[in-house]
Amino acid sequence: MIKTYDAGEYDVAVIGGGHAGVEAALAASRIGCKTVMFTISLDWVGNMPCNPSIGGTAKGHLVRELDALGGEMGRAADANTLQSRMLNRGKGPAVYSLRAQIDRRAYSGYMKNAVETQKGLDVKQAEIVSIERQDENWCLYTRLGAKFTAKCAVIATGTFLGGRVYIGEVNYESGPDGNFPATELAKSLKKLNLPLRRFKTGTPARVAKDSIDFSLLEVQEGDEKTEPFSYRTKNPIENKVVCHIGYTNDDTKKIILDNLHRSPLYSGVIEGVGPRYCPSIEDKVVRFADKKRHQMFVEPCGENTEEMYLQGMSSSLPEEVQIAFYRTMKGLENVKVMRNAYAIEYDCIDPTALLPSLEIKTQPGLYGAGQFNGSSGYEEAAAQGLIAGINAARKAQGQEPIILSRTGSYIGTLIDDLVTKGCMDPYRMMTSRSEYRLILRQDNADERLMPIGHQIGLIDEKTYEEMKKRTALKEEEIKRVKSVFLSPGEALNELLISKGTAPVNTGVNLADLIRRPQISYKDLAPFDKARPILDDTVCEKVEIEIKYEGYIERQLKQVDEMKRLESRKIPKDIDYNSISGLRIEAKEKLNKIRPDSIGRASQVSGVSPADISVLLVYLSSK
Amino acid sequence: MTENTVAAISTPKGEGAISVIRISGEDAIKIADKCFMPLGSKKLSDLSGYSAAYGKAVKGDGARIDEAVALVFRAPKSYTGEDVVEISVHGGAVSARECLKAVFEAGALPAGAGEFTKRAFLNGKIDLSEAESVMEIIGAKNEAALSLAECAREGKIGRDIEKITERLLYTAASLAAYSDFPDEDIEGLDEESFTSMLSECENKLVRLLSTFESGQAVLAGVPTAIVGKPNVGKSTLMNMLSREERSIVTEHAGTTRDIVETQVNVGTVTLILSDTAGIHDTDNEVEHIGVDRAVKKLKTSSLVLALFDMSRPLDAEDKKVIDLCKGKKCIAVLNKSDLPLKADVSAFRDFNTVTVSAKNSEGMDELSAKIEEICGAGSLTGSDTVLINERQYSCALRAQKAISEAKEALISGITLDAVTVLIDDAVNALSELSGKRASESVIDEVFKNFCIGK
Repeated sequence: MIKTYDAGEYDVAVIGGGHAGVEAALAASRIGCKTVMFTISLDWVGNMPCNPSIGGTAKGHLVRELDALGGEMGRAADANTLQSRMLNRGKGPAVYSLRAQIDRRAYSGYMKNAVETQKGLDVKQAEIVSIERQDENWCLYTRLGAKFTAKCAVIATGTFLGGRVYIGEVNYESGPDGNFPATELAKSLKKLNLPLRRFKTGTPARVAKDSIDFSLLEVQEGDEKTEPFSYRTKNPIENKVVCHIGYTNDDTKKIILDNLHRSPLYSGVIEGVGPRYCPSIEDKVVRFADKKRHQMFVEPCGENTEEMYLQGMSSSLPEEVQIAFYRTMKGLENVKVMRNAYAIEYDCIDPTALLPSLEIKTQPGLYGAGQFNGSSGYEEAAAQGLIAGINAARKAQGQEPIILSRTGSYIGTLIDDLVTKGCMDPYRMMTSRSEYRLILRQDNADERLMPIGHQIGLIDEKTYEEMKKRTALKEEEIKRVKSVFLSPGEALNELLISKGTAPVNTGVNLADLIRRPQISYKDLAPFDKARPILDDTVCEKVEIEIKYEGYIERQLKQVDEMKRLESRKIPKDIDYNSISGLRIEAKEKLNKIRPDSIGRASQVSGVSPADISVLLVYLSSK
Repeated sequence: MTENTVAAISTPKGEGAISVIRISGEDAIKIADKCFMPLGSKKLSDLSGYSAAYGKAVKGDGARIDEAVALVFRAPKSYTGEDVVEISVHGGAVSARECLKAVFEAGALPAGAGEFTKRAFLNGKIDLSEAESVMEIIGAKNEAALSLAECAREGKIGRDIEKITERLLYTAASLAAYSDFPDEDIEGLDEESFTSMLSECENKLVRLLSTFESGQAVLAGVPTAIVGKPNVGKSTLMNMLSREERSIVTEHAGTTRDIVETQVNVGTVTLILSDTAGIHDTDNEVEHIGVDRAVKKLKTSSLVLALFDMSRPLDAEDKKVIDLCKGKKCIAVLNKSDLPLKADVSAFRDFNTVTVSAKNSEGMDELSAKIEEICGAGSLTGSDTVLINERQYSCALRAQKAISEAKEALISGITLDAVTVLIDDAVNALSELSGKRASESVIDEVFKNFCIGK
């Protein structure tokens, strides 16, 4: 036992300086808590050990929501964007998703500076080796014997916790990107009887730019007209790079299959469960054997680096096999691998052990966020980090936690899925996970969540007022559009016919025309004399809310129903075993999850509508 | 949960003077207005609590179902403490079921087991001490419903619904993969095959929905009339059918009419059997009433067992019975096979026939087999399965409506995100029908079928 010394007292301590840790530490300190953030290496704060990009489907929604609540990721991404694209244009506003290629080192530098300069936040390079409860506080010990005391602590250990890297027959203890792993902390967490398990993820190789023949690859450009993630970003986003697309072929497949026995995944060395949506290339080749080719994206890691990321090519095959199969691909014939692909296995918690506040049920004041909670992805991590940080701070200040509903946000959906449904593999956000996706759009994240961000003190007055103004303008315009009638005329009918929709013979309501799928709000500008000049973002919202009004109303009804169920709270000390009429399976599941409301209980698998009825009756009789 | 408006038939199954359809919840009166057309000018929504209106129960298209009386109760002064409308129609399963169906189509959801009592309790209308027993009831029904769902899953209905669900799920997953992983080379569905897939699913559901009524008959019993002129052996047949199957559930003599009803099980089929007065010309006023009733019974029954004495030539009264039976689901029971045949068999060429000797109990097996063949579940709509209860019906209807809307949306050219939400609704309704939870199925399907990843 090494000699320990008192290193200070804090309100909130955050273990980890990745995407979850950074948001947690910033949120807690911005709310006014004395906060300390620990990272194994100060050179890797806010690091992107996998793809050099932020956003994408549903993830873009998360970033917008995070930003509306006062998180940092959106602004950091905007400040370091290399290329920006709005995905899914044409597939409908519910699935529009912003995605940006990011200068990885610049992003990390931005985040490092953000935490360093944040008032009330101390940043410390140290490995936390144990954590224990003393009286009402949590004590965190560093490897060097420093003892930090905090009212609340957030575990955001990512793949560092018990990290082990696998490349072919070789494996060793390691964090991501060649960092030290956190080897001791897991033992300490096991002493707290936390239900830990092993998950696995992987990353492809980084290769040298000048070893690629880009003339043989397809080019993918950024959008002509770009949008920022953050409502607070005022500078336009510029595209500085292009990405490229290439494909695997039969030779690639052959090399992979010939060497499959050397993959730790197939030889059975790895016990961790990998994500279903992010399979390694050997997984893809085996599971989707009939697919002729697989797509690969070549993405630059930054402006001042030669390293290129090969999206879609993650692997844990031996290094020489990796080099061989990469070189089978057109354009990569002479490719030089700078960092090899690898799989990494790590410890995480069964998230059903968490409350919706992200506090661990059995450990008051101890919170989990990010990969530790079984999720995957920078955006998922950041979103949970923000919520864990907010709630740790609020607990330290004696306030009730902020719990977001799945009816109001993707962040709420993410957390509800994790804590009530649990996950069997690393959880990734998808638009199809939200049943309310026509309402929870990325274009209205500000309206949905800024009031909450403002209320908890993370959104400043000016930003909040701007949102209110935007919303008022939108509503006024919708009202106006609904009251405007256009008279039929040659020019109007010409437009309608050219767009492939029926001409009109009588006066027609402007809103009714916008509801036609073929017609846009902008198309009708020449006929709408009294139209005010509005921001593009406002115009977009006006169009979406008119065009999809019927669908939105339908979903709003479902939301109301869910909200009513959520408002029916279940007492913490409820004894499910004593409730006659509940089926045994329902009793078991409810006892495990212990949902805080009827709404959440209805999400638990194995609980039937009749069980919910029984619960309602029981609660009313108390 | 309790904010929905629900409805159910509140009188016991089987024959009674009236059947009552109870509707309870916020929209009860609004919904009832769509299914009840008053004789006077006042709609139910114009009435105060504790009022009654006379009129007719109607379908959504205005078609008459039956004459009816509607009672309006306004919250909190009702059994459940909510707005309640009770529509009384004539006894017998058909009118009540038709009326309930109309009520569902107007927006009510099927009341769960013990639902009205539960609501009454939640709204403080019944004593707290009854809470436990209410829960026991719901709980017990819950177990029963589950085992029923279990059976259904084993059976055809489960498989049929599963097939439709699978197709919808696969489509939902294709669209989800297409939307959620735009960088992968996943092709979107082409509109034509998408629309035809939706049509196919919708058609299957429409067919399934049409089986509901027949399914109800199997479960609740087929109203069956035994008819014939006097002394052809109707009562003997009635007694024999009853005796043969020792599974008489209820037996009660009609108190105000000369029709005796018995519920008997013939193989898998339950018959609600009515013995009627012999059909013949008479000047006797009392007899005349009996004959009129018999004719009416014949007309309203779903199945007619027409009895003929084959030991004598057919007379005008027999021919009248034959005429009355035309166009009905009917079995001509040719009785008295123990005596020499004197009647002309060719008169029955348009009928299903069974030759029996009621006296000697001969031919009963054949008769049972024929009844099962005509009314059994297997016969209903060929290879189709049957929706057995209102809950299933309402789920299937929800699914069908959602698919139909999805199809419309798709054809109108609206973006796929709106279409997928409707397909989700359909999948959820069908999953509810088969007692499964849909929430993760689409996601699982995506990962199973599509090669996706960064």
